[in-house]
Amino acid sequence: MVEAYQRRSALAHFGLNALASQKADGAGITLGESAHRAIINIRGDAKDPAFTAAVKNATGCDLPAAANTVATAGDVRILWLGPDEWWVVGTDARRAGLIDGLRSAFAGQHTNVTDVSESRTVITMTGPAARDVLARGISLDLHPRAFGPGQCAQTSLSRTNVLLHQTDNAPSYEIYVLKSFADYLWRWIGLIAEDFGMAVKAE
Amino acid sequence: MSQTNRLNTGGRIDRSRVVTFTFDGKSYSGFAGDTLASALLANGVRLVGRSFKYHRPRGIVTAGAEEPNALIQLGVGARTEPNTRATQIEIYDGLVSESQNRWPSLTFDIGAINSLIHRFIPAGFYYKTFMWPAKAWLFYEKFIRNAAGLGKGPTAPDPDRYDKLYHTCDVLVVGAGPAGLAAALAAGRTGARVVLADEQSELGGSLLSESSATVNGQAASAWIADALRELGALHDVKLLPRTTAFAYYDHNAMSLVERLTDHLGPTDGKPRQRLWRIRAKKIILATGAIERPLVYLDNDRPGCMTVSAVRTYVNRYGVMPGRRVVLMTNNDSAYRVALDLANAGVTVPVIVDLRAEVTGPLAKAVREKGIEILAGHAIAKVHGEQGVKEVEVARLSDDGKSVTGSARRISCDCVGTSGGWQPTVHLHSQTRSKVKWDDALNGFVPGDTIPGQNFVSIGGAHGVFDLAACLTEGHVAGTTGALEAGNGGNAGSAPTADAAAEEQPQRPLWIVPGEKPVGQGGKHFIDYQNDVTAGDVMLAHREGYRSVEHLKRYTTMGMATDQGKTSNVNALAIMAGLRNVDIPSVGITTYRPPYTPVTFGVFAGRDKEDFLEPIRKTPMHVWHEDHGAKFEPVGQWHRAWYYPKPGESMHDAVNREVKAVRTSVGIVDASTLGKIDVQGPDAAWFLDMVYTNAWSKLGVGKCRYGFMCGEDGMVFDDGVTSRIAENHFHMTTTTGGAPRVMAWLEEWHQCEWPDKKVYFTSVTEQWAVIAIGGPMARKLLGEVCTDIPLDDASFPHLSFKEGTVAGVPARVFRITFTGDLSYEINVPPSYGLHVWRAFMQAGEKYGITPYGTEGLHVLRAEKGYVIVGQDTDGTVTPQDLGMDWIVSKAKPDFIGRRSMLRSDTKRPDRKHLVGLLTEDPKVVVPDGAQIVEHLKDRPPMTMLGHVTSSYWSPNMERSIAMGLVKNGRNRMGQTLYACWENNRVKMKVTEPKFFDPEGARVNG
Amino acid sequence: MFVINCPYCGPRDEHEFGYGHEAHIARPTLEQQGTMSDAEWANYLFLRTNTKGVHFERWVHTKGCRRWFNVARHTVTHEILKVYKMGEPKPDISAENLPR
Repeated sequence: MVEAYQRRSALAHFGLNALASQKADGAGITLGESAHRAIINIRGDAKDPAFTAAVKNATGCDLPAAANTVATAGDVRILWLGPDEWWVVGTDARRAGLIDGLRSAFAGQHTNVTDVSESRTVITMTGPAARDVLARGISLDLHPRAFGPGQCAQTSLSRTNVLLHQTDNAPSYEIYVLKSFADYLWRWIGLIAEDFGMAVKAE
Repeated sequence: MSQTNRLNTGGRIDRSRVVTFTFDGKSYSGFAGDTLASALLANGVRLVGRSFKYHRPRGIVTAGAEEPNALIQLGVGARTEPNTRATQIEIYDGLVSESQNRWPSLTFDIGAINSLIHRFIPAGFYYKTFMWPAKAWLFYEKFIRNAAGLGKGPTAPDPDRYDKLYHTCDVLVVGAGPAGLAAALAAGRTGARVVLADEQSELGGSLLSESSATVNGQAASAWIADALRELGALHDVKLLPRTTAFAYYDHNAMSLVERLTDHLGPTDGKPRQRLWRIRAKKIILATGAIERPLVYLDNDRPGCMTVSAVRTYVNRYGVMPGRRVVLMTNNDSAYRVALDLANAGVTVPVIVDLRAEVTGPLAKAVREKGIEILAGHAIAKVHGEQGVKEVEVARLSDDGKSVTGSARRISCDCVGTSGGWQPTVHLHSQTRSKVKWDDALNGFVPGDTIPGQNFVSIGGAHGVFDLAACLTEGHVAGTTGALEAGNGGNAGSAPTADAAAEEQPQRPLWIVPGEKPVGQGGKHFIDYQNDVTAGDVMLAHREGYRSVEHLKRYTTMGMATDQGKTSNVNALAIMAGLRNVDIPSVGITTYRPPYTPVTFGVFAGRDKEDFLEPIRKTPMHVWHEDHGAKFEPVGQWHRAWYYPKPGESMHDAVNREVKAVRTSVGIVDASTLGKIDVQGPDAAWFLDMVYTNAWSKLGVGKCRYGFMCGEDGMVFDDGVTSRIAENHFHMTTTTGGAPRVMAWLEEWHQCEWPDKKVYFTSVTEQWAVIAIGGPMARKLLGEVCTDIPLDDASFPHLSFKEGTVAGVPARVFRITFTGDLSYEINVPPSYGLHVWRAFMQAGEKYGITPYGTEGLHVLRAEKGYVIVGQDTDGTVTPQDLGMDWIVSKAKPDFIGRRSMLRSDTKRPDRKHLVGLLTEDPKVVVPDGAQIVEHLKDRPPMTMLGHVTSSYWSPNMERSIAMGLVKNGRNRMGQTLYACWENNRVKMKVTEPKFFDPEGARVNG
Repeated sequence: MFVINCPYCGPRDEHEFGYGHEAHIARPTLEQQGTMSDAEWANYLFLRTNTKGVHFERWVHTKGCRRWFNVARHTVTHEILKVYKMGEPKPDISAENLPR
């Protein structure tokens, strides 16, 4: 098998560890990459108890029924994408297990499991200026009254389609983006952050 | 001479901070808080520009955004900006400003000769003279355009940075005068998310020009300070001074431009301006009103301005706009100003009132100050070429249409006039909400709000001028708006003011008669910026251009950069008088964005240069960069185009790459191909519907090429799709077509066949794709992949296997777009670079050659494979491409089938894709060259079609081309001509297959 | 710039959506296709109403949930009068009974 060091994240060419060692006092945001996550696209009927039970059974996590929300159980999260579509997100190590578990739990149902882990990377953003930075590219209202931890939305950030997930009140966000756009999006955030100050989190 | 017209006290300027600037090369000083207009007036400068058409000397007319005259070329070099309003420019140290539309100098201007020949260039002159003969316009135009135009645009790229952002709020208040401040306070106190924006540097609006008003029993200025302090402490209230709301779009979206550093001068670092794109639940328009100047004889002499401008300069800026100021009015507003002037020590020799009688407490107060009031009089003429020197005042006839008796000459250096107030309905009107005429006000006020927008106009913006009423309206609007948006907090109590004394009605007199009839000596200007006079409106009327739309276009009235803010109503009223109809019957034009001009830079924001469009990069992009690849944009992707070695031209590099594929092995990054995962019991049924060929019987592990057509039967995408399992397919699409195909599949599934059990998932980026092709491809793959048997029997053409390539789990497809023995290796993108390197390393001994999109295109053209979108254009059927075999005759239905039976699609002489070979094999015809059968000396000729693909084929050692040619398949062997520019080249029609026509090479 | 209330994701800016075409135009069945004249087929393919007033149209939430849905929109005022899921019946909305 291939060696782990041969594996590259979508933002590897920026050398995030080296950037992370640079001084960035008073940075408005801290940016990082959470690479190689398991992202498994599942489809099914949320009103079908057999389906929801199968999801719970395979992942240990409830299927979030409400639009634009995220359910979490341990190191597994399920993100709402649409009325019959979710992402099961976990660590790289759990990828194969989750996929197999979901497939066997779904046996006999008209559902779908597609591995999309490799298609996207996750840019993490945290800090007091995170909302200001995002407002430069997202038309969604991210005011605390409108969007808070545990909520997610598929939308566009600048000229890129993303899934945005707020994880805490720092505020912190996880931005799921197609790998081909990751270079552009990282540079775009860097451009915006010129006015706010930016630090980089080591891998 | 320094600030000779500056008052010693009063105003909101900071006399402790002197600011120096230049105007037309001369240095002046003003104070912090001055606009360029107030500073120039303080220095006694009245002449600031030349008019557009007649080059007449012009001065400052207003003190705000409505300024039609004082247009300034601001700044130098790349930062120079034309047509900025001196009344809105805050001065800073080192500011450089210049007057416009004059040569060689402002005081001596050659173009002013237009003024002498004015009777030969009336309204419509250009249309009448230069439009005939029609062709000659092309000749005249450039001279006319040269002579016209105010100011000069910068020629270098804009060096400044611009910011833009989205914002959402409950209540957006536009305008921070008394009504707007009261609204923001009420809304803010409830806890609502509020934005209060105002175009001026200070919030306060008309109160900033007040001398004696009180709110809540304190001086207006003190109340403003308190209000701002309170608003500033509210967490969810944003105060945006220097911010113009310039565009009101659908569903309560407002665009505003905030000037961040314009008042500081050029700054490096900070953004210069910011575009706010605000979506508000409720918008409160508190935009105030604009005073109309009166239309009187030679009313454009520098020194002629509106009464409200006079007031603002005296009270807000501590500037005397003149030493002797004559006021002419048709309403009461001049009287307050006369008192302010008198208190400031400015002489007001006389107030000329168009009304026959003047009574009331204001008039009484003015008379008590010893100021003479000439009721029933008019200014019949203004003297002073480069600045007002004297006015002639005469008694008005009873009907107001002429002056009678002998005129009295009164010396003065400034004339302030007031023709009443027009509410600033621009933003209201931008929503396409109607305006309605108000007889008492003599102006347009907002009519009903168009459904779908949620806003209200308050205060001056809807014709309410009484301070107490404005404050109450603001408070109510703010409270209501916040409540509608779900904020039920306590709005506190409304600010109060003493009710104003009742005012005497105005006398609308749209043309103030002069010493001579209109048009027979001197000019009654209406639209200063475009030099439209009352005489021009009369001419338009005589010539039949009587509706507002005709009037506007014929005279250019209201079409300048100020959009007629001070002139529209005057012009409409004059036309109404000529037509003997009421003013609304003439109509009013709909205002459109922007309210005031907005620089392009702020719209672009940071979306320029590298950020104009995202650049999508494949996992192997860094390798291509490191190896000198030139890139080609394909959609948003940047794909390696070719890899020149040192000293190689593009031609050399592509030839080398193409030959290597045919003789050894080439490698290409095909990751950008669209990929869609199709799963479900009805997957095969679905493919049968969206592709023209049959899929149900495709074996598991097999691949098939297919066309997708629109319901019109025209090809719109193609690709190879493979059956991974009974109910599981891996579909590929063109690079550019991937999102379109995905949306297409979903639309048919969700809208037409929702009961079919199938799911589609885009997996374009789940796989990095490395294609290797050429005679050595199998051998090479065998060295990098050891767990897939590669012999033809185990792994034939058009099949796929799963295995391990360079230690990485892979799907390997034996398919080709070059006609050679080829494999497309799909691996996880995080390992894409690793696998690519593994192939490069193992392939070194075979001379493995990376090739780009150009080489790929040559290789496929040698084989006659089409590129959808290059060899097709949405009007081409599979049959037109000579690919009848790909259209199933057995399937009962598929998208596009019925259209293929239409008489037009069945026609035998449609345009067909054919091969085209030049007579001279060295000539490569450009794509797009027209195909002609019968040459003529010059166009027009009957065109049969065009060349769609054309290349030099190093493997054929000649040029090759394909083209869509009318009745082409029935022209085999015929000689036609390719024509482009002055070239005529003989080409022979052939089958579109040039290299390896029998297709033996896919087997290596 | 509209706000469109996606039936699944909630209100979002217009730029997240794609406009499809006029709604409630069913694809002719195979039987119908067999008996339709070329002119009738062309009518299905190409001819659309050009409504001044309430227009029923198909949109897709391209940048969100990727679901198609229908919208009743007033083409003069740009009011979005109703948003409804695919498969739901065409609402009874016209110039005479605008739900304002």
